[in-house]
Amino acid sequence: MSLDAHPLIADWIGTRDGRLLIRTGKVDIGQRISTALLQIAHEELTVPYELIDIAAVRTGESPDEGITSGSNSVEQSGNAVRRASATLRGLLIADAAERYGGEKSDWIVEGGALHLPGTNHRLLVTEMIKDTHLACPIDPEASIAQGHGGTLPAPPMRGLTAMTAGNYTFVHDLDLPGMLHARVIRPPHAKARLKSIEESAIQRAEAKGLRLIQDGSFLALIGPKEWPVVEGALKLSAACDWDIGDGIPEIDVFGHLTTAKAVGRFLVVDGTPQQGPVPDLPSGHNFKARYERPYQMHGALAPSAALAQWDGEKLCVHTHSQGIYPLRESMADSLGLDKNQVEITHVPGSGCYGHNGADDAALEAALIALAMPAVPILLKWTREEEHCWEPYAPAMVVELAATMERGRITAFSAEAFSDTHRGRPRPGPNRAGPSKQLANRFRLEPIAPNSAQPNMGRHAGMHRNLDPIYDFANKRLVKNLVTGLPHRTSAMRTLGAAANIFAIESFMDEMARIDGSDPFAIRRAHLSDPRAVAVLDALERQVAELPGLPATDGRGIAYAQYKNQMTRVGICVDVSANDRAEIRLNHCVIVADAGRVIDADGLVAQLEGGFLQAASWSLYEKVVWNRDGIQSRDWDSYPVIRFDNIPAIKVIVLDRPDERSVGAGEASPGPTIAAIANAIFDATGIRMRRMPFRPDDILRQAVSE
Amino acid sequence: MTLTLHVNGRDHVITSDPDTPLAYVLRDELKLKGTKLGCGLEQCGACAVLVDGQAVLSCVSSAASFAGRDINTIEAVGETDIGRRVQAAFVAQSAAQCGYCTAGLVIAATSLLGRHPLPDDTAITEALTPHICRCGSHPRVLRAVKQAAET
Repeated sequence: MSLDAHPLIADWIGTRDGRLLIRTGKVDIGQRISTALLQIAHEELTVPYELIDIAAVRTGESPDEGITSGSNSVEQSGNAVRRASATLRGLLIADAAERYGGEKSDWIVEGGALHLPGTNHRLLVTEMIKDTHLACPIDPEASIAQGHGGTLPAPPMRGLTAMTAGNYTFVHDLDLPGMLHARVIRPPHAKARLKSIEESAIQRAEAKGLRLIQDGSFLALIGPKEWPVVEGALKLSAACDWDIGDGIPEIDVFGHLTTAKAVGRFLVVDGTPQQGPVPDLPSGHNFKARYERPYQMHGALAPSAALAQWDGEKLCVHTHSQGIYPLRESMADSLGLDKNQVEITHVPGSGCYGHNGADDAALEAALIALAMPAVPILLKWTREEEHCWEPYAPAMVVELAATMERGRITAFSAEAFSDTHRGRPRPGPNRAGPSKQLANRFRLEPIAPNSAQPNMGRHAGMHRNLDPIYDFANKRLVKNLVTGLPHRTSAMRTLGAAANIFAIESFMDEMARIDGSDPFAIRRAHLSDPRAVAVLDALERQVAELPGLPATDGRGIAYAQYKNQMTRVGICVDVSANDRAEIRLNHCVIVADAGRVIDADGLVAQLEGGFLQAASWSLYEKVVWNRDGIQSRDWDSYPVIRFDNIPAIKVIVLDRPDERSVGAGEASPGPTIAAIANAIFDATGIRMRRMPFRPDDILRQAVSE
Repeated sequence: MTLTLHVNGRDHVITSDPDTPLAYVLRDELKLKGTKLGCGLEQCGACAVLVDGQAVLSCVSSAASFAGRDINTIEAVGETDIGRRVQAAFVAQSAAQCGYCTAGLVIAATSLLGRHPLPDDTAITEALTPHICRCGSHPRVLRAVKQAAET
């Protein structure tokens, strides 16, 4: 996709001030894509790291690579930069041979220069590029550096030194002359609309140099210093009278994630939903279970923020959005501008793990900026806003049914139920982009949310990893879209794979227990992929080296291949449970096969990070709400994993230098959840089929069993 | 009466309202943007600064309450031997992903090693548990703190 849309070397590579400049449309969200691109360019062109820059990701300048999501950055941007660099290397060698003689195969590229052995010819790559016509097509078959062409060890993570010194710039840190700070004044919940504001409160704010910006029920306060804006917004909020309507429906969401409530049902074949009738569940299955995941939040450490400036012609926005080009179209449409009037630049925010409040904050900053021409507006959300207003990962149910005969699964059915995972402001029919942006719902001329449409892509949305990786006969897989549920939802790390793998890998454990077989053996018995078996074998060897388990502890394993086509991961977790059902994570082993390894340390970091985020989902996280609105408003009411429950983690990567590099940022969360649930069962005999596994949840499940 | 804060080795006459939480004064008035705001509720640790050598959260307590204290922010941590070691260890261990929690964690580790040159695992956990990292860099941070203690 990236290469098709941007087929020229110049789309990806240039020079600036004698340095190599790499362009990408993928943004660095802590997953180190920029470090990986640096390494790829070095491997192909051998230019030292300190002479390579990664260009800012900006509309109009960077390749349009859609959204940075789905663990696709290495495959898409990485592949494009690799092929562009390899094509360029070929051109440079041909040019050198033509100018100075020698066979092309005699020229050596090393240390950022071309050299013809036996001569004094030494041509700097960065110098040669200046004279090279880069607007020529990338050869997708250009031979790439074999093994690791570069001679340097992996580069240090970009920005790390600055992060430890406090001078790495996040969007929150931008500070322009004349800039005003902004805070939004939110309604009590998503259904509320403004009736009135006390005029005297507005006057008091204005007397302090603050100014209210209003578009219907969208309210924001701006001022030159940040804290008075924060305080003023709180005071004005108290002076607002809201029509709260019927409030947020206080429903048991799992009771609504059913066939009867589904607005769309699709048979999923080879990972892809099909139009047409869905066959009924055949009778006779000897195992049935239902696995559930609540609404959970991205919970970025930094509340969302954006900087916007409108000069009367052009709107410049700095945002931590994962998709600057789709956001540009949505914002232009929302604001009645031509998209060429909107320039969006990515600036890092904190880790987002999917579609958080970034895109909404960008539009809100722009709404304020349009009312204040020429003034840079820095909008920041508060902690409470991020917790209450980001689009959540949808609650999800997975119903499994299966037949096992003599240790073989001979029939298998899985039905997934959830609201949409696709809440990003992508362009589409019926103003699809604007309809997904929060502020538009509150404006004087509101743009109401569109009804969710089923995602029919392969392993997309809720049916990602619904298709088991195992060789099961008689598979029946069904996707059930349920809409009209209480909360706005969108993409969070792994989409449906978290719940689906939780279900399938818990199920495999349950099957092993029923059969009295070993959890490794039952998986291997249903796997024909040798690389999968190699991962399980390596995991089993590692597990044998773990300390012995005390009687109160438990061990669980799980295996999955993300989207059934990307990184393969096997995980083992050892836990202990005390008599209050508090779960401690003691040991974790992760074995992964991500094909050819580029940034080995970055890969390990992604696998560890995915494990710990999923451990947090498993043990702590659940959005709570009532009629009055979201009650998970901070880190006390929505607890997450902290340093007091971090296990010893060992990561083994099986490098496959001859295999395609695949992304790993979302490979470990799914198996993590199941491995923890399986370990809890091993420790306590209690089967947790609903996340999270908090002490009161476990005790409740114990009573109900 | 004007408020003077002693920050990173210098006195600063503060023009912000003295009731402003310290973090906002550091960031907005003194332009020390390294101190991060994550919650404004003393729940996440992103805003930690060193006050008389101890890690203190700066997002709630008023600037006035820090008058007469020796405040050091992440920008000045590298000026002490311990701080430099902590920073180097974080880099050596790649102890960050997005980096938003990093400043607070470097402050917490520097404060800890100032009190306990060779902290045990329990002391390290206690010092870091007020801090949230959402990217899951915890194992690397724990290794970094140990490395800084041992070098």
